[in-house]
Amino acid sequence: MKRIIQIAALFLAFIAPGVVQAQDRATTLRVVVHANLQILDPVWTTAFITNRHGYLIYDTLYGMNSRFEPQPQMAEGHEVLEDGLLYRIRLREGLRFHDGSPVRAQDAVASLRRWMTRDAMGQRMGSVTSGIEAVDERTFEIRLRERWGLVIETLGKASNPAFIMPERIANTPSSTQVTETIGSGPFIFVRDEWRPGNRVVYRRNPDYVPRAEPADYMSGGKRPLMERIEWLYIPDQNTALAALNAGEIDYYEAPPLDFITSLERNRNVRIVNIDTLGTQGLIRPNHLSPPFNDPRARQALAHLVRQEDYMRVVVGNPRLYQRFCGAFFQCGSANDTAVGSEPYQQPNIERARELLREAGYNGERIVVMQPTDRPQYNAATAVLIQSLRRAGVNVDVQAMDWSTLLSRRANRSPPDQGGYHLFITTHGGPDTAAPVSNTWFNSRCERANPGWACDMELDGMVAEWARESDPAARRPILERIHRRAWETLPYIPFGQYTQPIAVRSNVHGIVAAGLPVYWNIEKR
Amino acid sequence: MSTTILGASLAEQPRRRASLLRRMRRYPLPTIGALLLILLVASALGAPWIATHDPFEMNVVDRLQPPNADYWFGTDAYGRDMFSRTLHGGRVSLVIGIAVAVASTIIGLVIGVIAGYFRLADAILMRIMDGLMAIPGILLAIALMSLTRASVWVVVVAITIPEIPRVVRLVRAVVLTVREQIYIEAATAIGTGFPRLMLKHILPNTLAPLIVQATYIAASAVLVESYLSFLGVGTPPEVPSWGNIIAEGRLYVQIAFWNILFPSVFLGLMVLSINILGDGLRDMLDPRLARRL
Amino acid sequence: MWSYAIRRILATIPVLCVVAIIVFLLLRLSPGDPAAIIAGDNATVDDIAMIRAQLGLDRPLLQQFVFWLGQLLSGDFGNSIYLARPVIGLIMERVEPTLALSVTTMAFAMLLAIPMGVLAAWRAGSWVDQTIMALSVLAFSVPVFLIGYGLVIGFSLTLDLLPVQGFVSLSDDPLQFLRHLVLPTIALGLVYSALLARITRATMLETLNEDFIRTARAKGLAEPRVLLLHALKNASVPIVTTIGTGLALLIGGVVVTESVFAIPGIGRLTIEAVLQRDYPVIQGVILVIAAVYVFVNLAIDLAYPLLDPRIRF
Repeated sequence: MKRIIQIAALFLAFIAPGVVQAQDRATTLRVVVHANLQILDPVWTTAFITNRHGYLIYDTLYGMNSRFEPQPQMAEGHEVLEDGLLYRIRLREGLRFHDGSPVRAQDAVASLRRWMTRDAMGQRMGSVTSGIEAVDERTFEIRLRERWGLVIETLGKASNPAFIMPERIANTPSSTQVTETIGSGPFIFVRDEWRPGNRVVYRRNPDYVPRAEPADYMSGGKRPLMERIEWLYIPDQNTALAALNAGEIDYYEAPPLDFITSLERNRNVRIVNIDTLGTQGLIRPNHLSPPFNDPRARQALAHLVRQEDYMRVVVGNPRLYQRFCGAFFQCGSANDTAVGSEPYQQPNIERARELLREAGYNGERIVVMQPTDRPQYNAATAVLIQSLRRAGVNVDVQAMDWSTLLSRRANRSPPDQGGYHLFITTHGGPDTAAPVSNTWFNSRCERANPGWACDMELDGMVAEWARESDPAARRPILERIHRRAWETLPYIPFGQYTQPIAVRSNVHGIVAAGLPVYWNIEKR
Repeated sequence: MSTTILGASLAEQPRRRASLLRRMRRYPLPTIGALLLILLVASALGAPWIATHDPFEMNVVDRLQPPNADYWFGTDAYGRDMFSRTLHGGRVSLVIGIAVAVASTIIGLVIGVIAGYFRLADAILMRIMDGLMAIPGILLAIALMSLTRASVWVVVVAITIPEIPRVVRLVRAVVLTVREQIYIEAATAIGTGFPRLMLKHILPNTLAPLIVQATYIAASAVLVESYLSFLGVGTPPEVPSWGNIIAEGRLYVQIAFWNILFPSVFLGLMVLSINILGDGLRDMLDPRLARRL
Repeated sequence: MWSYAIRRILATIPVLCVVAIIVFLLLRLSPGDPAAIIAGDNATVDDIAMIRAQLGLDRPLLQQFVFWLGQLLSGDFGNSIYLARPVIGLIMERVEPTLALSVTTMAFAMLLAIPMGVLAAWRAGSWVDQTIMALSVLAFSVPVFLIGYGLVIGFSLTLDLLPVQGFVSLSDDPLQFLRHLVLPTIALGLVYSALLARITRATMLETLNEDFIRTARAKGLAEPRVLLLHALKNASVPIVTTIGTGLALLIGGVVVTESVFAIPGIGRLTIEAVLQRDYPVIQGVILVIAAVYVFVNLAIDLAYPLLDPRIRF
């Protein structure tokens, strides 16, 4: 009998969850992230996961508020002098890097210079800037060659922003990866516990001085309330969902959209929408190869798209998408307009066939790249293939993994020599919402993103829009851009949807900042 | 003389048929296995006529429907008919299973016998086999898959290559044991040539374990295909196989279990039937066991 | 015996060289470009080209191979392209979970399968045999990931007994270490046991028909003695061969199991490296696995005479 009790006790001890763990669980936020963090330098790569890592450990000079107006963050404020040609920016008092050294204007200058050689918006600003110099420890100046309306917007952009690093680190050439992780942000990277492919750990920055204003999008006070943030990389969706349901994790960054309804039924789980702008899906034709070098063929493509079909398959839950979004710059954003999209609200297969014929298409093979290891892209590509076939297009589906697709899409050769015709991707956030920063919209021919959209006239209009800083004067330019874009089609949007996050119901204080940020979050 | 032989064989015909029936009664399990397999093969071959829908046709309005009168096995995330996809998927999975089993067994048998019999060849061949086997099969398959465009035949080659060394090692181990047995030594002493030796002694001895292994390979090939699909490097999504239907459906297992239930059941039944059949064949083919019964 | 062993050990060197060449060529000829992945989701073609040059990926293949071989000979596996950290360190970081899972799986399978196989062969044709065989067939008719999900739904979500995912180091918390290993071990072990039970049964059946068994039985030896001492010992060559070659199956299963249960082991490291073409990591991992494999099977080969005195070298 005694033996049986011993065995039973042993068994109970085995299945009872660790008691010790409960202690630190109250102060630790366990997050399942969408990708494996490998590159630590947010200037060197545009990878989304590294950008999010950047927001934990670095801070920015400006941050957007929820109306997409840049607000001072590290900056105390700025003056615009000399008829808009000189910006004088003053830093907030008491800012410190994680190594204890104060944040100086020199650090900001070095960080901006490095960033401006890499980021697309930064490069645009660089082309109109004649110099950036520190005036004293807390003040620096940006001098422009010509008037440019987007200086503060650029400094406060949300994706791939100008994170401020210590001068000695920021002096690393932008072609070389920074490996040190010293920032002045609300959390500190714990290198000893970093297990690439599994876990990234951050701890609270006890010396961080948040702004007094309430947090609003990327602006306002970033109060680090959790002692520890643990990023877990769980590539299997079912496992991540099970871990959330079992309470092993607190925060699931990208729950599969088909499961939102079933998660909502779980009392221990809450769905939060932090992505106020949404994600836009896009079909990217290769503008170098026939038939898609002809705008008529791209228009045919647009005539084949029924956004609702894509959204049903990619998203599923009708509350997370709109039936039709005719905006290149995001429905619901400041630059939302549907001008020019009228002919495409309903698919028109007959018109598509006609346009393809006019563009000289005659049954040649059309190479579509289908990424098998990205479920959402895979699904959208399947819809695209079906709609092409319905229109009598001879589709050559080439299945490959995402990594092959990424390198293949940079190949400028003709489709039968290693190139391609079509692929699918998505983008989102404030960058997508403006003509200058929307990278897939960029139509500067060989300097554009893979697919090489080429329409210098459109690019000229975008530059005109950027020079103008008065919102009222910008509007007509925007509408001209939009009408032109629906004619020359740098890409074809296939719908806009939101990707909410899922958290355990004891997680509170989530800031809707467009992307997952971890300040102000607490567990109650 | 020739007429008597002919007469004898003619006279034997009906008795053989009778013995087949008797055998079927004596081995009910293999018979069930064979019948099940025939049924599955028939459903796969007849898919174009049996299927109620086009397996590729997407009706996004009807996505993730549970089984009903129109969609007997429900629909998947694209609104495609699961019944038709499952039947069509069987064609691809069957081809993969059979092709891999046949190819790897034949290649493995030849290499294994040579390696087990000739010491010099053994040294070289087994090192190469060791090298090949040392690269984990799935990783080798993934590498092969990324080498060229995904297609069913690339999957077959990718699964076959890592299977070969296993067959070789098994054959060789048996040959080694058999070779040392006295009757082989005696046969060699009398001066029997290598081909006769092989036919008379080694082949019958390797056959039983080889059949077990071949059934196992056919079954495992179908499974490995599903693993490759699970990892995103299997049969291209254009071609429905049980493996990639399950792999696609597994994302929805918690809200649409029928997406994996039906292809899994079919896959399971096929593996089951091949294995039962294989075991039965082994019992029937093994001369010593047959003698005893 | 000793000279044979030494010859065999020396013979592993060319094998590993062959593996190294195959792996290098296979990977470098495959499409996909680490530079494109590093550059990120919105990178331009120029960004990618710059990174490629920086990584030395634009140099001729032969030059890259010779460089890598030179590194290898000095015991250096190179650095990961993404993490800029030594490959050996990355592998060492991931060894514990994989080793733990392999050992528990192997033990689970052998403890379960060999007795089952012997029992089935002993009572061949009976309902015991048929039940065991039916279960074994069932176990490997179902993909590992389905068994895994089934176990998670049953034991973690419904009964709330065991953790869903993850791994805890033995040195951190032995209890949690075991708790986290239970489900993956069962998921992976069932398939492996099924194979082992079948092979055990098949070879035992064969051996039980041999004359010496009949002689032993005729002598009036007790049945357990006949089964274990005579039959199992004689059937052990194919069984041990299967355990050794099954290591490949095990590693394949580990890749999938680690994905299902989010275990940060070698399998996950490799599949991630393959999907993003982190060449030095893939090459390093495969060489290490190949070396382990070669030595385990060498040991098994050398053990044949111990198991079956009829085999001599």
